[in-house]
Amino acid sequence: MYLNQFLMLAAAIFCIGVYGVLVRRNGIMVLMSVELILNAVNINLVAFGAFRHDITGQVFALFVIAIAAAEVGVGLALVMMLYRNSRSIDVDDIDLMKG
Amino acid sequence: MLTHVWIIPGLMAVSFALILLFGKRFSEKITSGIGIFFIGVCFVLACVTSVNWIQRINDPVPDPSAAASVISQPSDAGPAPVPGMTDAEAVVGAEVGPAEAAADATHAAGESTPTTEATTTGSTSTESTATEHAAGGEEHETKAAPIVTRWTWFQIGGIHFEFGFIADGLSILMLFTVTAISLLVHIYSKEYLHDDVRFTHYYAFLSLFSAAMLFYVTSSNTIQMLTGWELVGVCSFALIGHWWEDKNNSDAALKAFLTNRVGDVGLIIGVIITFFAAGATSFNVLHINQYALSPAANQTLLLVGALCLFGGVTSKSGQFPLHTWLPDAMAGPTPVSALIHAATMVVAGVYLVARLYSVFYEGLNIGDNWINYIAVIGAITIVGGAALAFVQTDIKKVLAYSTISQLGYMVMALGVGAWTGAIFHLFTHAFFKACLFLGAGSVSHAAHHTFDMRKMGGLRKYMPTTFKTFIIGTIALMGIFPLAGFWSKDEVLAGALNGQGGHAYLFMTIAGLLGAVMTCAYMTRVIYLTFYGEYRGHGTPHESPKVMTVPLWILAGGAIVLGLVNLPNWFKIGDVAYTTRFEHYVEPTFAFPVIDHAEFNLGLALGSLALGALGIFLAYQYYWLAKSPLLGLRDKSKVFGRGYWVLENKYGLDHLYTDIIVGGVKGPIARASYWFNNTVIDTVVNTAGTASVATGRVLYAQVDQKVVDGLVLSTGAGAEESGEALRHIQTGRVQQYAALLFAGAAILAVIFVVIV
Repeated sequence: MYLNQFLMLAAAIFCIGVYGVLVRRNGIMVLMSVELILNAVNINLVAFGAFRHDITGQVFALFVIAIAAAEVGVGLALVMMLYRNSRSIDVDDIDLMKG
Repeated sequence: MLTHVWIIPGLMAVSFALILLFGKRFSEKITSGIGIFFIGVCFVLACVTSVNWIQRINDPVPDPSAAASVISQPSDAGPAPVPGMTDAEAVVGAEVGPAEAAADATHAAGESTPTTEATTTGSTSTESTATEHAAGGEEHETKAAPIVTRWTWFQIGGIHFEFGFIADGLSILMLFTVTAISLLVHIYSKEYLHDDVRFTHYYAFLSLFSAAMLFYVTSSNTIQMLTGWELVGVCSFALIGHWWEDKNNSDAALKAFLTNRVGDVGLIIGVIITFFAAGATSFNVLHINQYALSPAANQTLLLVGALCLFGGVTSKSGQFPLHTWLPDAMAGPTPVSALIHAATMVVAGVYLVARLYSVFYEGLNIGDNWINYIAVIGAITIVGGAALAFVQTDIKKVLAYSTISQLGYMVMALGVGAWTGAIFHLFTHAFFKACLFLGAGSVSHAAHHTFDMRKMGGLRKYMPTTFKTFIIGTIALMGIFPLAGFWSKDEVLAGALNGQGGHAYLFMTIAGLLGAVMTCAYMTRVIYLTFYGEYRGHGTPHESPKVMTVPLWILAGGAIVLGLVNLPNWFKIGDVAYTTRFEHYVEPTFAFPVIDHAEFNLGLALGSLALGALGIFLAYQYYWLAKSPLLGLRDKSKVFGRGYWVLENKYGLDHLYTDIIVGGVKGPIARASYWFNNTVIDTVVNTAGTASVATGRVLYAQVDQKVVDGLVLSTGAGAEESGEALRHIQTGRVQQYAALLFAGAAILAVIFVVIV
């Protein structure tokens, strides 16, 4: 087994995720992109765990998945409140903290 | 009762509280009733205690375990069995008592000190040791040991502050005397103070005084004695100033209080010195006495301690030269004068010396001397006080100087080692002097509240009862056979002539005899001016009511018979023990120096009687017949004129105190202090003030305004400006932040890769 292909895949997914986070205006899409980033990390963890015959990587991945679920829960709730208040989920509209 | 003597002062304290809190709501009858009831109960208890004590000395207890159980009772059945409670006296008394008996010839008592004994807690150990000693020691000695009931008050640094009550011959005698006189005075006052503005106040303080005095005489340690001593002083102050609306009265009260303060300084120092001298472990009087008798005692320390303590005695017991307050104290109501300033409080000093007698005996080396400070002061007081009594026109002041003179006898007797003589004289004097004072009160009650003998005269016809009791009191005071005063005065004189260890106190004997002549003469003068001749006052005098004359009769009865309680052995016929009873029951046998007891001296007794008769005769000739060769002597002879002037001015002591000492302080010293205050201190203060103002101004302008404010303001401005500059970074665009985050992460990752 080659480790490289997994790392490449993870890097690709990570880049897509980052791109999504930076570019998409839709809040939901941003959240989904964050999920991509997290899953890229998961792939890395599982790959290294398998490569080194170490269960720790998989355990970590499980934790990340659990935390990602929690995170997306909070995130979706935020987006929903945002929509209720401004009838929009465009992240560019959220500039109340503008200095 | 012997282990529960604390009840007696406790009852009077209750009486005080009751009268103070509720007295105003009740009528005079109930208020005085409370006081009379409580002091009556106390008197009965004191009698019971006396009987117990007499039984304790009389009955030999053949079974030593019985003796032990009696002695150790307080530790089992003490009134407040708290864990910290030390075992009862018992320990001190019973254990060391026999030890002393064994070794008393060498004064080597106190191989075991009370403190070490006191550490053996628990009744078992106490009992066993007591039993052991009772079996080994002489029974009489064990039984005569004082009973001390005590508790731990508090402990600091290993020093044991105890709180306790002592029952021995001396304290029980005082209990009896104080309660007896106080009871009669309580009854008498009911009429005398009838309709007085501060009737409640008067009875409250009378109760408080009784409580304090009884507390004082039953205290087992010097700290407690000091407390009682000061308490009686406060009551004396309050009662002298009873009619304080008159400036003279409040001045007299202040004078009494302040003069006593002077002596009390000495007393406090003395208490501290004796405490540290005796090993700084206990204030217990028995412990201190034992130390004084032990061979390890430091005689110099004892001497200093004794002299300091005697400072307190000098003021409280009206000894020369601090006696000046006592005549002025007569400003108080007459029953108060009888109780406090004749019979009880003023003998507190005598009691103190008697209680700590070992300290005085060893410190002043009374046993092996022919002169010492206490005896000299006593002798001076006898003659000085008696001389002043001649020039007074106020009947109470004559009696006050007479009291001073008689207190001189007691102190002198203690000074020459005649302990029993002193205490016996204290006892008899309390009765006949209280009788005389209450008689004077009765006279004044009749003669329109005046005490001026120039406005009396001829009262014999108007008030026969007062006259008779007054005469009895006078004869007792003069020391005429066979009334009380004769026996006690004779014992004092015999003690002085006999001295200790073969050294006769000759000077003191002469002073005593001189005092006897003078006493007879001035009392004859009082009798003549008050009861004979023509009445010189206003209105018609009348006899006092029964509530006043009955106490007079009781006291007069005491003045007649009480001398018989200490008949000298000379009068002994047969085997019945009826002589020297007083000495037998009252004189301590524990922690007490071995003193010689003077025998009855027929020559001395007859001599003093003859001198007394001479005094009466001279005064009779001078005042009654007015044809004495002594008449007009003060005009004829310059020396006598001067003498009279000196006496009229009371030896100038009042001038010395008021004008020279107080005036000296008030006058030049005060002026000098004022000048010093105005010029030096004020200048310093003002300069300091001005300088601080100037410094303050500079500081305000330069430091505060410029440096501090500049710093603070520039901090604020800096924050504002930097905020203004940095606000533009805060765009509010989420994705810009995210981009920055990723950029930062990427940069950090690059750095990480490069470095690792």
